[in-house]
Amino acid sequence: MSTATRSLPRTIGAHAILITYTVIALFPVILVVMNSFKSRAGIFGAPLTPPTTKTFDLIGYTTVFGQGDFFHYFQNSLVVTVASLFFVLLFGAMAAFALSEYRFRGNTLMGLYLALGIMIPIRLGTVAILQLMVASGLVNTLTALILVYTAQGLPLAIFILSEFMKQVSNDLKNAGRIDGLSEYTIFFRLVLPLVRPAMATVAVFTMIPIWNDLWFPLILAPSEETKTVTLGAQLFLGQFVTNWNAILAALSLAILPVLILYVIFSRQLIRGITSGAVK
Amino acid sequence: MATETMAAEKRAKRPIRWHVGVFLAPAVLVYTAFMILPLFGTLQLSLFRNIEQSQVFVGLGNFRTLFGDPNWSVNFWNALRNNLWFFIIHMLVQNPIGILLAALLSSPRLRFTAFYRTAIFVPTILSFVIVGFAWKLILSPIWGVAPHLMDLVGLKSFFTPWLGKEQYALTALSLVSVWQFVGIPMMLIYAALLSIPDEVIEAAECDGITGLAQFWKIKLPLILPSIGIISILTFVGNFNAFDLIYTAQGALAGPNYSTDILGTFLYRAFFGFQLQVGDPNMGAAIATIMFLIILAGVCVYLFLVQTRLRRYQF
Repeated sequence: MSTATRSLPRTIGAHAILITYTVIALFPVILVVMNSFKSRAGIFGAPLTPPTTKTFDLIGYTTVFGQGDFFHYFQNSLVVTVASLFFVLLFGAMAAFALSEYRFRGNTLMGLYLALGIMIPIRLGTVAILQLMVASGLVNTLTALILVYTAQGLPLAIFILSEFMKQVSNDLKNAGRIDGLSEYTIFFRLVLPLVRPAMATVAVFTMIPIWNDLWFPLILAPSEETKTVTLGAQLFLGQFVTNWNAILAALSLAILPVLILYVIFSRQLIRGITSGAVK
Repeated sequence: MATETMAAEKRAKRPIRWHVGVFLAPAVLVYTAFMILPLFGTLQLSLFRNIEQSQVFVGLGNFRTLFGDPNWSVNFWNALRNNLWFFIIHMLVQNPIGILLAALLSSPRLRFTAFYRTAIFVPTILSFVIVGFAWKLILSPIWGVAPHLMDLVGLKSFFTPWLGKEQYALTALSLVSVWQFVGIPMMLIYAALLSIPDEVIEAAECDGITGLAQFWKIKLPLILPSIGIISILTFVGNFNAFDLIYTAQGALAGPNYSTDILGTFLYRAFFGFQLQVGDPNMGAAIATIMFLIILAGVCVYLFLVQTRLRRYQF
Protein backbone atom coordinates (compact mmCIF):
# COMPACT_ATOMS: atom_id res chain seq x y z
CA MET A 1 0.00 0.00 0.00
CA SER A 2 1.14 3.49 -0.66
CA THR A 3 1.99 5.83 2.15
CA ALA A 4 -0.94 8.06 1.23
CA THR A 5 -3.34 5.78 3.08
CA ARG A 6 -1.14 5.31 6.11
CA SER A 7 -0.85 8.66 7.77
CA LEU A 8 -0.22 8.59 11.51
CA PRO A 9 -3.33 10.53 12.64
CA ARG A 10 -5.49 8.18 10.64
CA THR A 11 -4.00 5.13 12.36
CA ILE A 12 -4.38 6.69 15.78
CA GLY A 13 -7.96 7.60 14.99
CA ALA A 14 -8.73 4.05 13.89
CA HIS A 15 -7.24 2.62 17.06
CA ALA A 16 -9.10 5.13 19.21
CA ILE A 17 -12.46 4.16 17.72
CA LEU A 18 -11.74 0.44 17.90
CA ILE A 19 -10.51 0.62 21.49
CA THR A 20 -13.57 2.63 22.50
CA TYR A 21 -15.87 0.08 20.99
CA THR A 22 -13.91 -2.83 22.47
CA VAL A 23 -14.37 -1.24 25.90
CA ILE A 24 -18.12 -0.86 25.27
CA ALA A 25 -18.32 -4.50 24.17
CA LEU A 26 -16.38 -5.94 27.09
CA PHE A 27 -17.35 -3.57 29.90
CA PRO A 28 -20.63 -5.24 30.97
CA VAL A 29 -19.03 -8.69 30.93
CA ILE A 30 -16.03 -7.59 32.98
CA LEU A 31 -18.24 -5.63 35.37
CA VAL A 32 -20.43 -8.66 36.09
CA VAL A 33 -17.57 -11.12 36.53
CA MET A 34 -15.58 -8.67 38.66
CA ASN A 35 -18.43 -7.89 41.04
CA SER A 36 -19.40 -11.53 41.43
CA PHE A 37 -16.29 -11.92 43.61
CA LYS A 38 -17.27 -9.15 46.00
CA SER A 39 -19.25 -8.80 49.18
CA ARG A 40 -22.59 -7.00 49.06
CA ALA A 41 -21.03 -3.85 50.49
CA GLY A 42 -18.31 -4.02 47.87
CA ILE A 43 -20.80 -4.43 45.04
CA PHE A 44 -22.75 -1.34 45.97
CA GLY A 45 -19.97 0.73 47.51
CA ALA A 46 -17.52 0.63 44.64
CA PRO A 47 -18.96 -1.23 41.65
CA LEU A 48 -16.23 -0.12 39.27
CA THR A 49 -13.17 -1.27 41.22
CA PRO A 50 -11.79 -4.81 41.10
CA PRO A 51 -12.24 -6.88 44.27
CA THR A 52 -9.72 -6.00 46.99
CA THR A 53 -8.83 -8.12 50.00
CA LYS A 54 -11.43 -6.15 51.92
CA THR A 55 -14.31 -6.65 49.52
CA PHE A 56 -13.43 -10.13 48.22
CA ASP A 57 -16.21 -12.60 48.98
CA LEU A 58 -17.43 -15.84 47.47
CA ILE A 59 -20.84 -15.75 49.14
CA GLY A 60 -22.59 -15.45 45.76
CA TYR A 61 -21.05 -18.65 44.46
CA THR A 62 -21.84 -20.61 47.60
CA THR A 63 -25.49 -19.48 47.34
CA VAL A 64 -25.69 -20.54 43.71
CA PHE A 65 -24.12 -23.94 44.32
CA GLY A 66 -26.28 -24.42 47.41
CA GLN A 67 -29.58 -23.43 45.80
CA GLY A 68 -29.84 -24.05 42.11
CA ASP A 69 -29.18 -27.45 40.69
CA PHE A 70 -26.77 -25.91 38.23
CA PHE A 71 -24.62 -28.93 37.68
CA HIS A 72 -27.67 -30.88 36.55
CA TYR A 73 -28.83 -28.08 34.22
CA PHE A 74 -25.36 -27.87 32.82
CA GLN A 75 -25.42 -31.58 32.09
CA ASN A 76 -28.76 -31.23 30.28
CA SER A 77 -27.44 -28.41 28.14
CA LEU A 78 -24.36 -30.41 27.32
CA VAL A 79 -26.35 -33.51 26.31
CA VAL A 80 -28.74 -31.49 24.16
CA THR A 81 -26.02 -29.47 22.48
CA VAL A 82 -23.65 -32.35 21.80
CA ALA A 83 -26.36 -34.71 20.55
CA SER A 84 -27.95 -32.08 18.29
CA LEU A 85 -24.53 -31.11 17.00
CA PHE A 86 -23.72 -34.74 16.20
CA PHE A 87 -26.92 -35.26 14.24
CA VAL A 88 -26.69 -31.92 12.44
CA LEU A 89 -23.13 -32.68 11.32
CA LEU A 90 -23.79 -36.31 10.34
CA PHE A 91 -27.14 -35.83 8.59
CA GLY A 92 -26.10 -32.47 7.19
CA ALA A 93 -22.88 -33.82 5.70
CA MET A 94 -24.69 -36.83 4.22
CA ALA A 95 -27.35 -34.67 2.58
CA ALA A 96 -24.77 -32.14 1.41
CA PHE A 97 -22.78 -34.97 -0.17
CA ALA A 98 -25.86 -36.31 -1.95
CA LEU A 99 -26.72 -32.85 -3.28
CA SER A 100 -23.23 -31.92 -4.42
CA GLU A 101 -22.03 -35.31 -5.70
CA TYR A 102 -24.93 -36.92 -7.54
CA ARG A 103 -27.03 -35.53 -10.30
CA PHE A 104 -30.57 -36.75 -9.96
CA ARG A 105 -33.99 -35.47 -10.90
CA GLY A 106 -35.13 -32.80 -8.45
CA ASN A 107 -31.64 -32.06 -7.17
CA THR A 108 -31.98 -28.27 -7.40
CA LEU A 109 -35.51 -28.39 -6.03
CA MET A 110 -34.36 -30.49 -3.08
CA GLY A 111 -31.55 -27.99 -2.44
CA LEU A 112 -34.02 -25.10 -2.42
CA TYR A 113 -36.41 -27.02 -0.19
CA LEU A 114 -33.67 -27.64 2.34
CA ALA A 115 -32.47 -24.04 2.12
CA LEU A 116 -35.92 -22.70 3.02
CA GLY A 117 -35.15 -23.14 6.70
CA ILE A 118 -32.21 -20.73 6.56
CA MET A 119 -34.56 -17.78 6.20
CA ILE A 120 -37.78 -18.99 7.84
CA PRO A 121 -37.26 -19.40 11.60
CA ILE A 122 -38.38 -22.72 13.08
CA ARG A 123 -39.99 -20.83 15.99
CA LEU A 124 -42.98 -19.90 13.85
CA GLY A 125 -44.02 -23.57 13.89
CA THR A 126 -43.94 -23.75 17.68
CA VAL A 127 -47.68 -24.22 18.16
CA ALA A 128 -47.73 -27.31 15.96
CA ILE A 129 -44.39 -28.57 17.30
CA LEU A 130 -45.80 -28.54 20.83
CA GLN A 131 -48.89 -30.43 19.68
CA LEU A 132 -46.68 -32.96 17.93
CA MET A 133 -44.56 -33.44 21.03
CA VAL A 134 -47.63 -33.78 23.25
CA ALA A 135 -49.08 -36.35 20.86
CA SER A 136 -45.87 -38.38 20.80
CA GLY A 137 -45.33 -38.08 24.55
CA LEU A 138 -42.01 -36.27 24.14
CA VAL A 139 -42.86 -33.17 26.18
CA ASN A 140 -40.34 -32.62 28.96
CA THR A 141 -37.74 -34.88 27.42
CA LEU A 142 -34.36 -33.89 26.09
CA THR A 143 -35.19 -35.90 22.95
CA ALA A 144 -37.76 -33.28 21.97
CA LEU A 145 -35.15 -30.53 22.16
CA ILE A 146 -32.58 -32.58 20.27
CA LEU A 147 -35.01 -33.29 17.42
CA VAL A 148 -36.06 -29.66 17.11
CA TYR A 149 -32.50 -28.34 17.23
CA THR A 150 -31.39 -30.91 14.67
CA ALA A 151 -34.10 -29.69 12.30
CA GLN A 152 -33.15 -26.09 13.08
CA GLY A 153 -29.44 -26.58 12.38
CA LEU A 154 -29.70 -28.69 9.23
CA PRO A 155 -30.52 -26.05 6.57
CA LEU A 156 -27.47 -23.86 7.18
CA ALA A 157 -25.23 -26.91 7.70
CA ILE A 158 -26.28 -28.43 4.38
CA PHE A 159 -25.88 -25.12 2.60
CA ILE A 160 -22.35 -24.49 3.88
CA LEU A 161 -21.14 -28.08 3.61
CA SER A 162 -22.33 -28.59 0.04
CA GLU A 163 -20.38 -25.48 -0.97
CA PHE A 164 -17.26 -27.10 0.45
CA MET A 165 -17.95 -30.59 -0.87
CA LYS A 166 -18.12 -29.27 -4.42
CA GLN A 167 -14.44 -28.42 -4.04
CA VAL A 168 -13.34 -31.97 -3.18
CA SER A 169 -11.43 -33.37 -6.14
CA ASN A 170 -13.43 -35.63 -8.46
CA ASP A 171 -10.32 -37.60 -9.41
CA LEU A 172 -9.92 -38.71 -5.82
CA LYS A 173 -13.46 -39.99 -5.58
CA ASN A 174 -13.26 -41.68 -8.98
CA ALA A 175 -9.99 -43.32 -7.98
CA GLY A 176 -11.81 -44.71 -4.99
CA ARG A 177 -14.61 -45.99 -7.22
CA ILE A 178 -12.12 -47.71 -9.52
CA ASP A 179 -10.61 -49.38 -6.47
CA GLY A 180 -14.06 -50.76 -5.73
CA LEU A 181 -14.98 -48.66 -2.72
CA SER A 182 -18.69 -48.31 -2.08
CA GLU A 183 -20.28 -44.86 -2.16
CA TYR A 184 -20.59 -45.03 1.63
CA THR A 185 -16.89 -45.73 2.10
CA ILE A 186 -16.03 -42.92 -0.29
CA PHE A 187 -18.14 -40.53 1.78
CA PHE A 188 -16.94 -41.60 5.22
CA ARG A 189 -13.30 -42.39 4.43
CA LEU A 190 -12.39 -39.97 1.65
CA VAL A 191 -14.71 -36.97 1.70
CA LEU A 192 -15.49 -36.44 5.38
CA PRO A 193 -11.86 -36.10 6.50
CA LEU A 194 -11.27 -33.55 3.74
CA VAL A 195 -14.09 -31.24 4.79
CA ARG A 196 -13.18 -31.34 8.47
CA PRO A 197 -12.38 -27.59 8.64
CA ALA A 198 -15.81 -26.78 7.20
CA MET A 199 -17.39 -29.14 9.71
CA ALA A 200 -15.72 -27.23 12.54
CA THR A 201 -17.15 -23.98 11.22
CA VAL A 202 -20.63 -25.45 10.97
CA ALA A 203 -20.23 -26.88 14.47
CA VAL A 204 -19.57 -23.46 15.97
CA PHE A 205 -22.44 -21.86 14.05
CA THR A 206 -24.81 -24.59 15.18
CA MET A 207 -23.65 -24.78 18.76
CA ILE A 208 -24.04 -21.18 19.93
CA PRO A 209 -27.76 -20.72 19.20
CA ILE A 210 -28.58 -24.13 20.68
CA TRP A 211 -26.69 -23.52 23.89
CA ASN A 212 -28.20 -20.05 24.29
CA ASP A 213 -31.78 -20.85 23.29
CA LEU A 214 -34.48 -19.98 25.79
CA TRP A 215 -37.65 -20.40 23.71
CA PHE A 216 -37.77 -24.15 23.16
CA PRO A 217 -36.60 -25.23 26.64
CA LEU A 218 -39.25 -22.90 28.05
CA ILE A 219 -41.99 -24.40 25.90
CA LEU A 220 -41.00 -28.01 25.29
CA ALA A 221 -39.02 -29.00 28.38
CA PRO A 222 -39.60 -26.72 31.38
CA SER A 223 -39.62 -29.52 33.98
CA GLU A 224 -37.01 -29.60 36.73
CA GLU A 225 -35.51 -32.77 35.24
CA THR A 226 -34.93 -31.35 31.77
CA LYS A 227 -34.10 -27.68 32.38
CA THR A 228 -31.16 -26.39 30.39
CA VAL A 229 -28.65 -24.02 31.89
CA THR A 230 -30.12 -21.03 30.02
CA LEU A 231 -33.62 -21.68 31.33
CA GLY A 232 -32.29 -22.56 34.78
CA ALA A 233 -30.37 -19.30 34.95
CA GLN A 234 -33.44 -17.36 33.78
CA LEU A 235 -35.65 -18.84 36.53
CA PHE A 236 -32.93 -18.57 39.14
CA LEU A 237 -32.41 -14.90 38.33
CA GLY A 238 -36.13 -14.32 38.59
CA GLN A 239 -36.23 -15.84 42.07
CA PHE A 240 -33.19 -14.10 43.49
CA VAL A 241 -33.95 -10.60 42.24
CA THR A 242 -32.74 -9.02 45.45
CA ASN A 243 -29.75 -11.26 46.13
CA TRP A 244 -27.18 -9.45 44.04
CA ASN A 245 -24.29 -11.67 45.05
CA ALA A 246 -26.12 -14.75 43.84
CA ILE A 247 -27.26 -13.10 40.62
CA LEU A 248 -23.81 -11.88 39.67
CA ALA A 249 -22.29 -15.27 40.50
CA ALA A 250 -24.92 -17.10 38.44
CA LEU A 251 -24.35 -14.75 35.51
CA SER A 252 -20.59 -15.28 35.70
CA LEU A 253 -21.05 -19.03 35.81
CA ALA A 254 -23.24 -18.82 32.71
CA ILE A 255 -20.75 -16.60 30.89
CA LEU A 256 -17.57 -18.55 31.57
CA PRO A 257 -18.14 -21.85 29.72
CA VAL A 258 -19.26 -20.04 26.57
CA LEU A 259 -16.40 -17.60 26.83
CA ILE A 260 -13.82 -20.38 27.20
CA LEU A 261 -15.26 -22.28 24.23
CA TYR A 262 -15.27 -19.04 22.24
CA VAL A 263 -11.64 -18.27 22.98
CA ILE A 264 -10.68 -21.79 21.89
CA PHE A 265 -12.77 -21.76 18.71
CA SER A 266 -12.73 -18.08 17.78
CA ARG A 267 -10.17 -18.58 15.01
CA GLN A 268 -12.34 -21.28 13.52
CA LEU A 269 -15.46 -19.16 13.82
CA ILE A 270 -13.91 -16.07 12.31
CA ARG A 271 -12.24 -18.05 9.55
CA GLY A 272 -15.60 -19.64 8.85
CA ILE A 273 -17.37 -16.32 8.53
CA THR A 274 -14.65 -14.70 6.49
CA SER A 275 -14.02 -17.62 4.13
CA GLY A 276 -17.26 -17.15 2.26
CA ALA A 277 -19.35 -19.34 4.51
CA VAL A 278 -22.12 -16.85 3.96
CA LYS A 279 -22.04 -15.98 0.30
CA MET B 1 -12.59 -36.81 -19.01
CA ALA B 2 -15.85 -35.68 -20.62
CA THR B 3 -16.53 -39.06 -22.19
CA GLU B 4 -15.71 -40.72 -18.91
CA THR B 5 -18.31 -38.77 -16.96
CA MET B 6 -20.87 -39.33 -19.68
CA ALA B 7 -20.20 -43.03 -19.58
CA ALA B 8 -20.46 -42.97 -15.83
CA GLU B 9 -23.79 -41.23 -16.07
CA LYS B 10 -25.13 -43.74 -18.57
CA ARG B 11 -24.09 -46.57 -16.33
CA ALA B 12 -25.58 -44.86 -13.33
CA LYS B 13 -28.94 -44.37 -14.98
CA ARG B 14 -29.82 -48.04 -15.13
CA PRO B 15 -29.68 -49.29 -11.54
CA ILE B 16 -31.57 -47.34 -8.88
CA ARG B 17 -29.00 -45.48 -6.83
CA TRP B 18 -30.18 -46.35 -3.37
CA HIS B 19 -27.25 -44.61 -1.71
CA VAL B 20 -28.52 -41.19 -2.85
CA GLY B 21 -31.71 -41.86 -0.96
CA VAL B 22 -29.86 -43.18 2.07
CA PHE B 23 -27.68 -40.06 2.18
CA LEU B 24 -30.64 -37.71 1.88
CA ALA B 25 -33.23 -39.53 3.96
CA PRO B 26 -32.27 -38.69 7.58
CA ALA B 27 -31.85 -34.96 6.98
CA VAL B 28 -34.98 -34.68 4.84
CA LEU B 29 -37.05 -36.69 7.33
CA VAL B 30 -36.03 -34.75 10.45
CA TYR B 31 -36.25 -31.42 8.64
CA THR B 32 -39.66 -32.20 7.18
CA ALA B 33 -41.12 -33.67 10.35
CA PHE B 34 -39.96 -30.99 12.79
CA MET B 35 -39.73 -27.90 10.65
CA ILE B 36 -41.80 -27.90 7.48
CA LEU B 37 -44.82 -29.88 8.67
CA PRO B 38 -45.16 -27.93 11.95
CA LEU B 39 -44.87 -24.71 9.99
CA PHE B 40 -47.74 -25.70 7.74
CA GLY B 41 -49.56 -27.21 10.70
CA THR B 42 -49.38 -23.82 12.39
CA LEU B 43 -50.65 -22.03 9.31
CA GLN B 44 -53.52 -24.50 9.18
CA LEU B 45 -54.32 -24.16 12.91
CA SER B 46 -54.74 -20.44 12.46
CA LEU B 47 -57.85 -21.14 10.37
CA PHE B 48 -59.55 -23.13 13.13
CA ARG B 49 -61.03 -22.30 16.49
CA ASN B 50 -61.66 -24.47 19.52
CA ILE B 51 -65.39 -24.43 20.11
CA GLU B 52 -66.74 -26.83 22.74
CA GLN B 53 -63.70 -29.10 22.72
CA SER B 54 -63.56 -29.54 18.97
CA GLN B 55 -61.69 -27.71 16.26
CA VAL B 56 -64.05 -25.85 13.96
CA PHE B 57 -63.02 -24.27 10.71
CA VAL B 58 -63.54 -20.53 10.88
CA GLY B 59 -61.71 -19.36 7.79
CA LEU B 60 -60.08 -16.03 8.44
CA GLY B 61 -62.11 -15.52 11.63
CA ASN B 62 -59.07 -15.55 13.89
CA PHE B 63 -57.43 -12.85 11.82
CA ARG B 64 -60.60 -10.79 11.93
CA THR B 65 -60.44 -11.07 15.74
CA LEU B 66 -56.76 -10.19 15.73
CA PHE B 67 -57.22 -7.06 13.60
CA GLY B 68 -60.68 -6.00 14.72
CA ASP B 69 -61.51 -7.15 18.25
CA PRO B 70 -60.20 -4.44 20.62
CA ASN B 71 -59.11 -7.12 23.14
CA TRP B 72 -56.58 -8.32 20.62
CA SER B 73 -56.07 -5.61 18.04
CA VAL B 74 -54.80 -2.97 20.46
CA ASN B 75 -52.04 -5.30 21.60
CA PHE B 76 -51.38 -6.57 18.11
CA TRP B 77 -50.89 -3.18 16.48
CA ASN B 78 -48.85 -2.07 19.48
CA ALA B 79 -46.58 -5.11 19.13
CA LEU B 80 -46.24 -4.60 15.39
CA ARG B 81 -45.41 -0.92 15.81
CA ASN B 82 -42.87 -1.70 18.50
CA ASN B 83 -41.33 -4.42 16.36
CA LEU B 84 -40.98 -1.98 13.49
CA TRP B 85 -39.23 0.54 15.75
CA PHE B 86 -36.99 -2.28 17.03
CA PHE B 87 -36.02 -3.04 13.43
CA ILE B 88 -35.51 0.61 12.49
CA ILE B 89 -33.10 1.13 15.41
CA HIS B 90 -31.13 -1.93 14.33
CA MET B 91 -30.91 -0.70 10.76
CA LEU B 92 -29.93 2.84 11.77
CA VAL B 93 -27.51 2.01 14.58
CA GLN B 94 -26.30 -1.58 14.39
CA ASN B 95 -25.52 -1.81 10.71
CA PRO B 96 -23.73 1.55 10.30
CA ILE B 97 -21.61 0.83 13.40
CA GLY B 98 -20.89 -2.64 12.03
CA ILE B 99 -19.80 -1.18 8.69
CA LEU B 100 -17.65 1.47 10.36
CA LEU B 101 -15.88 -1.09 12.55
CA ALA B 102 -15.36 -3.42 9.60
CA ALA B 103 -13.93 -0.59 7.49
CA LEU B 104 -11.49 0.31 10.26
CA LEU B 105 -10.51 -3.33 10.84
CA SER B 106 -9.79 -3.88 7.19
CA SER B 107 -7.46 -0.91 6.87
CA PRO B 108 -4.11 -2.24 5.73
CA ARG B 109 -1.37 -3.04 8.23
CA LEU B 110 -3.41 -2.05 11.24
CA ARG B 111 -2.17 -3.90 14.32
CA PHE B 112 -4.15 -5.91 16.86
CA THR B 113 -7.03 -6.49 14.44
CA ALA B 114 -7.39 -10.10 15.61
CA PHE B 115 -7.80 -8.89 19.17
CA TYR B 116 -10.40 -6.23 18.30
CA ARG B 117 -12.33 -8.69 16.15
CA THR B 118 -12.44 -11.31 18.89
CA ALA B 119 -13.34 -8.84 21.63
CA ILE B 120 -16.10 -7.05 19.74
CA PHE B 121 -17.70 -10.38 18.84
CA VAL B 122 -17.88 -11.54 22.49
CA PRO B 123 -21.38 -10.15 23.24
CA THR B 124 -22.80 -12.01 20.23
CA ILE B 125 -21.95 -15.41 21.67
CA LEU B 126 -23.51 -14.68 25.07
CA SER B 127 -27.02 -15.87 25.79
CA PHE B 128 -29.90 -13.40 25.94
CA VAL B 129 -30.41 -14.28 29.57
CA ILE B 130 -26.95 -13.01 30.44
CA VAL B 131 -27.20 -9.94 28.23
CA GLY B 132 -30.69 -9.00 29.36
CA PHE B 133 -29.93 -9.37 33.02
CA ALA B 134 -26.48 -7.81 32.96
CA TRP B 135 -27.86 -4.67 31.29
CA LYS B 136 -30.81 -4.62 33.61
CA LEU B 137 -28.37 -4.47 36.50
CA ILE B 138 -26.17 -1.85 34.85
CA LEU B 139 -29.09 0.44 34.01
CA SER B 140 -30.67 -0.09 37.40
CA PRO B 141 -30.79 3.03 39.59
CA ILE B 142 -30.28 0.78 42.64
CA TRP B 143 -26.80 -0.27 41.64
CA GLY B 144 -25.92 3.09 40.25
CA VAL B 145 -23.31 2.05 37.70
CA ALA B 146 -24.94 3.92 34.83
CA PRO B 147 -25.50 7.21 36.74
CA HIS B 148 -21.97 6.94 38.14
CA LEU B 149 -20.49 6.55 34.66
CA MET B 150 -22.58 9.40 33.30
CA ASP B 151 -21.40 11.54 36.16
CA LEU B 152 -17.82 11.04 34.98
CA VAL B 153 -18.64 12.73 31.67
CA GLY B 154 -20.88 15.32 33.27
CA LEU B 155 -24.18 13.95 31.99
CA LYS B 156 -25.62 12.74 35.26
CA SER B 157 -28.69 14.93 34.96
CA PHE B 158 -29.73 12.99 31.87
CA PHE B 159 -29.98 9.69 33.72
CA THR B 160 -33.39 8.15 34.23
CA PRO B 161 -34.30 4.52 34.83
CA TRP B 162 -34.76 3.93 31.11
CA LEU B 163 -36.05 0.39 31.34
CA GLY B 164 -38.78 1.51 33.71
CA LYS B 165 -40.13 4.37 31.61
CA GLU B 166 -42.65 3.73 28.89
CA GLN B 167 -41.23 6.21 26.44
CA TYR B 168 -37.63 4.96 26.69
CA ALA B 169 -37.78 1.26 27.51
CA LEU B 170 -38.12 -0.07 23.97
CA THR B 171 -35.36 2.13 22.59
CA ALA B 172 -33.08 1.16 25.47
CA LEU B 173 -33.68 -2.54 24.86
CA SER B 174 -33.18 -2.11 21.12
CA LEU B 175 -29.81 -0.53 21.84
CA VAL B 176 -28.91 -3.42 24.15
CA SER B 177 -29.77 -5.78 21.30
CA VAL B 178 -27.64 -3.66 18.96
CA TRP B 179 -24.79 -3.94 21.45
CA GLN B 180 -25.15 -7.70 21.42
CA PHE B 181 -25.36 -8.24 17.68
CA VAL B 182 -23.12 -5.60 16.15
CA GLY B 183 -20.50 -8.33 15.69
CA ILE B 184 -22.46 -10.04 12.94
CA PRO B 185 -22.65 -7.17 10.42
CA MET B 186 -19.08 -6.31 11.36
CA MET B 187 -17.81 -9.78 10.46
CA LEU B 188 -19.80 -10.13 7.25
CA ILE B 189 -18.79 -6.69 5.96
CA TYR B 190 -15.21 -7.31 7.06
CA ALA B 191 -15.18 -10.53 5.02
CA ALA B 192 -16.58 -8.66 2.02
CA LEU B 193 -13.98 -5.89 2.33
CA LEU B 194 -11.16 -8.42 2.51
CA SER B 195 -12.33 -10.08 -0.67
CA ILE B 196 -11.93 -6.88 -2.71
CA PRO B 197 -8.83 -7.55 -4.79
CA ASP B 198 -5.77 -5.36 -4.27
CA GLU B 199 -5.67 -4.43 -7.96
CA VAL B 200 -8.94 -2.57 -7.67
CA ILE B 201 -7.69 -0.59 -4.69
CA GLU B 202 -4.35 0.08 -6.34
CA ALA B 203 -6.06 1.25 -9.53
CA ALA B 204 -8.12 3.65 -7.43
CA GLU B 205 -4.98 4.96 -5.80
CA CYS B 206 -3.33 5.50 -9.17
CA ASP B 207 -6.34 7.66 -10.03
CA GLY B 208 -5.80 9.59 -6.81
CA ILE B 209 -8.83 8.23 -4.98
CA THR B 210 -7.81 7.58 -1.38
CA GLY B 211 -9.15 7.68 2.13
CA LEU B 212 -12.81 8.43 2.61
CA ALA B 213 -13.46 9.03 -1.07
CA GLN B 214 -12.07 5.57 -1.75
CA PHE B 215 -14.45 4.07 0.77
CA TRP B 216 -17.54 5.80 -0.61
CA LYS B 217 -16.73 5.47 -4.31
CA ILE B 218 -14.93 2.13 -4.57
CA LYS B 219 -15.47 -0.06 -1.56
CA LEU B 220 -19.06 0.73 -0.63
CA PRO B 221 -20.50 -0.16 -4.06
CA LEU B 222 -18.53 -3.41 -3.95
CA ILE B 223 -19.89 -4.43 -0.56
CA LEU B 224 -23.52 -3.53 -1.32
CA PRO B 225 -24.49 -7.21 -1.73
CA SER B 226 -23.22 -7.90 1.78
CA ILE B 227 -25.15 -4.93 3.11
CA GLY B 228 -28.22 -6.50 1.49
CA ILE B 229 -27.50 -9.75 3.31
CA ILE B 230 -27.04 -8.13 6.71
CA SER B 231 -30.24 -6.15 6.19
CA ILE B 232 -32.32 -9.25 5.53
CA LEU B 233 -30.66 -11.13 8.40
CA THR B 234 -31.47 -8.21 10.70
CA PHE B 235 -35.05 -8.17 9.44
CA VAL B 236 -35.63 -11.89 10.00
CA GLY B 237 -33.89 -11.80 13.37
CA ASN B 238 -35.86 -8.78 14.61
CA PHE B 239 -39.30 -9.96 13.59
CA ASN B 240 -38.58 -13.27 15.28
CA ALA B 241 -37.05 -11.82 18.46
CA PHE B 242 -38.39 -12.78 21.86
CA ASP B 243 -35.68 -13.79 24.30
CA LEU B 244 -34.18 -10.41 25.16
CA ILE B 245 -37.53 -8.75 25.92
CA TYR B 246 -38.68 -11.80 27.87
CA THR B 247 -35.53 -11.88 29.99
CA ALA B 248 -35.36 -8.18 30.68
CA GLN B 249 -39.05 -7.28 31.03
CA GLY B 250 -40.88 -10.60 31.42
CA ALA B 251 -43.73 -11.98 29.33
CA LEU B 252 -45.83 -8.89 29.99
CA ALA B 253 -43.21 -6.76 28.22
CA GLY B 254 -43.60 -3.91 30.67
CA PRO B 255 -43.85 -1.14 31.55
CA ASN B 256 -47.44 -1.21 30.31
CA TYR B 257 -46.66 -3.30 27.18
CA SER B 258 -44.33 -0.61 25.89
CA THR B 259 -41.68 -3.18 24.92
CA ASP B 260 -44.11 -5.76 23.57
CA ILE B 261 -43.02 -7.17 20.21
CA LEU B 262 -44.57 -9.90 18.07
CA GLY B 263 -42.53 -12.66 19.73
CA THR B 264 -43.66 -11.83 23.27
CA PHE B 265 -47.22 -11.23 22.05
CA LEU B 266 -47.19 -14.69 20.44
CA TYR B 267 -45.92 -16.22 23.67
CA ARG B 268 -48.67 -14.61 25.75
CA ALA B 269 -51.41 -15.49 23.29
CA PHE B 270 -50.22 -19.08 23.03
CA PHE B 271 -49.55 -19.76 26.71
CA GLY B 272 -51.79 -17.27 28.41
CA PHE B 273 -50.71 -15.04 31.24
CA GLN B 274 -52.23 -14.02 34.53
CA LEU B 275 -56.00 -14.49 34.07
CA GLN B 276 -56.15 -15.02 30.34
CA VAL B 277 -56.09 -18.63 29.18
CA GLY B 278 -53.69 -19.59 26.42
CA ASP B 279 -55.19 -20.00 22.98
CA PRO B 280 -53.20 -22.13 20.49
CA ASN B 281 -55.32 -21.03 17.57
CA MET B 282 -54.76 -17.33 18.19
CA GLY B 283 -51.10 -18.13 18.78
CA ALA B 284 -51.03 -19.83 15.41
CA ALA B 285 -52.71 -16.81 13.83
CA ILE B 286 -50.02 -14.50 15.21
CA ALA B 287 -47.30 -16.91 14.08
CA THR B 288 -48.89 -16.88 10.62
CA ILE B 289 -48.74 -13.09 10.50
CA MET B 290 -45.08 -13.23 11.55
CA PHE B 291 -44.48 -15.83 8.85
CA LEU B 292 -46.10 -13.62 6.21
CA ILE B 293 -44.08 -10.57 7.33
CA ILE B 294 -40.82 -12.50 7.22
CA LEU B 295 -41.75 -14.13 3.91
CA ALA B 296 -42.55 -10.71 2.43
CA GLY B 297 -39.18 -9.41 3.60
CA VAL B 298 -37.30 -12.38 2.18
CA CYS B 299 -39.16 -12.07 -1.16
CA VAL B 300 -38.39 -8.36 -1.40
CA TYR B 301 -34.76 -9.21 -0.76
CA LEU B 302 -34.57 -12.12 -3.23
CA PHE B 303 -36.50 -10.55 -6.09
CA LEU B 304 -35.82 -6.86 -5.77
CA VAL B 305 -32.54 -6.40 -3.96
CA GLN B 306 -30.49 -9.40 -4.91
CA THR B 307 -31.27 -9.39 -8.62
CA ARG B 308 -30.19 -5.75 -8.86
CA LEU B 309 -27.09 -6.12 -6.77
CA ARG B 310 -25.22 -8.67 -8.81
CA ARG B 311 -22.22 -9.92 -6.94
CA TYR B 312 -18.98 -8.82 -8.45
CA GLN B 313 -17.09 -11.88 -9.59
CA PHE B 314 -13.38 -11.49 -9.37
